[in-house]
Amino acid sequence: MNGTPGPSLLTRRQALATAAGGLVLVVARPARATPEAMQDVIRTFTGGAKVTEGRVKLDVTLLVENGNSVPLSVSVDSPMTAADHVVRIGVFNEKNPLPDVAIFNLTPRCGRATAATRIRLNDTQMITAIAQMKDGSFWSDTSEVIVTLPACVEG
Amino acid sequence: MGGRASAFLLVGFAALGLGLASLSAQTADAPPSDRKSGFDYMGPDSQAMQKDDLSNPGMLGVLDGEAMWNAPAGTTQKSCAACHGDARESMKGVAAKYPLLDEATKTPIDLVGRIDQCRVDRQQAAALPREGRESLALTAFVGLQSRGMPLAPPDDARLTPFRKAGEALYTRRMGQLNFSCAQCHDDNAGGHLGSAPIPQAHPTGYPIYRLEWQSLGSLQRRLRNCMVGTRAEPFAYGSPEFINLELYLNWRARGMEVETPGVRP
Amino acid sequence: MARALINVPSKAKRGDVVEIKTLMSHPMETGFRTGSDGALVPRNIISRFACTYNGEVVFSAELFPAISANPFISFTTVATESGTLVFSWTDDKGQTQVQTAAITVE
Repeated sequence: MNGTPGPSLLTRRQALATAAGGLVLVVARPARATPEAMQDVIRTFTGGAKVTEGRVKLDVTLLVENGNSVPLSVSVDSPMTAADHVVRIGVFNEKNPLPDVAIFNLTPRCGRATAATRIRLNDTQMITAIAQMKDGSFWSDTSEVIVTLPACVEG
Repeated sequence: MGGRASAFLLVGFAALGLGLASLSAQTADAPPSDRKSGFDYMGPDSQAMQKDDLSNPGMLGVLDGEAMWNAPAGTTQKSCAACHGDARESMKGVAAKYPLLDEATKTPIDLVGRIDQCRVDRQQAAALPREGRESLALTAFVGLQSRGMPLAPPDDARLTPFRKAGEALYTRRMGQLNFSCAQCHDDNAGGHLGSAPIPQAHPTGYPIYRLEWQSLGSLQRRLRNCMVGTRAEPFAYGSPEFINLELYLNWRARGMEVETPGVRP
Repeated sequence: MARALINVPSKAKRGDVVEIKTLMSHPMETGFRTGSDGALVPRNIISRFACTYNGEVVFSAELFPAISANPFISFTTVATESGTLVFSWTDDKGQTQVQTAAITVE
């Protein structure tokens, strides 16, 4: 094979491979919150009450293209009557700088127990939504989100 | 020896998610039927964000641009609308033609340059800093008036040398990683860089709302990101290099539908 | 003035549950980002959103830095009577932006 690169070029190719890997890795940001920090804010939200899995549906794409804007919607199985409705829904994450995402305060006049927003995710992680009912019970759903990194960002 | 060299090359390109095909493939215009907008490479969430004007954050910039269009500016205290009237009529299809030849200088001028020319010469106002919120807002508003229309770069022979210069830049290897635009966006379009799809690089939605930027940005900002990616020294905003590249990219994408303001990851 | 995009159906049948979408122009600066000078960019976010319908709060939200720039919030409300929906976004400094939308209920 004529024109085969010499050893010095091989070294350069290796260097390039490393550089190219770095291209993707350098945009990772430091995480500060931990799953424990998330449990702490959840305890504050619930006042230590028992949280049961169910009735809540957290809808977030498993694989997102950019962690800066992740569409998220949450809905709760509730008649939304004066006697029986969702009072609030808290959304929490385990790896952003802060464990809180949003708290939605609902009323029977919402008609349906649903809310949507767009959130930032620092990294691939678990998201939890917890709904507090009028009767004081708490219900939850958890979803994993895989955050991929965009190509070619500002250096 | 040859085997070892190939193995190392493979490692190098695999790290970028590129195949070895890039070494042999030729650069060529994709036939219109094979052209895909960056929109087509996005996931359903991002596509939905672009398709619904009330979900597309780029439309917030358009609203700003519309207000600017109607606001008096400069020592003349004339608005854009004072001369051009309703942009929905007067600016229809205009952005789809830029860059075009500036008759005064006989060099190509992009839409941002033309807006600035209008501000300085006619409104007697300061030029808007490139890539600033106002410049992006006004170009987004003007760009929107071409949405749904085909990109229509003028078939002007006087532009040919500039477009050729743009094509030469597109195919020229640059930066520490020694990649040309064409190696990713012609030879490996549809492949992946890490987990991100490599699009065909058709400038159909500019200015775009890029989720990475969390704001509107121009084609030149996107090109600068590409250049940083290959570890090249980015060209300056408004430089002849960028305008020549834009001429070539628009020519390469001619006939494709304008999406301004597009959403991209 | 900051721009907002609001989607409220102009007409609805009494008792219908209508979807409302809001998009507010705001950088939602987290306070964790460094600027080009290497210093932390101070936190500046919308921390509270509320919607009233003829004066009564139907939905509100507390927002944290994890909410994307140009915050998008959507929710539903029961079309009870013709009137005005008032949307307010309040930032860390207590400054509030207000937008209104009219709804006709038949």
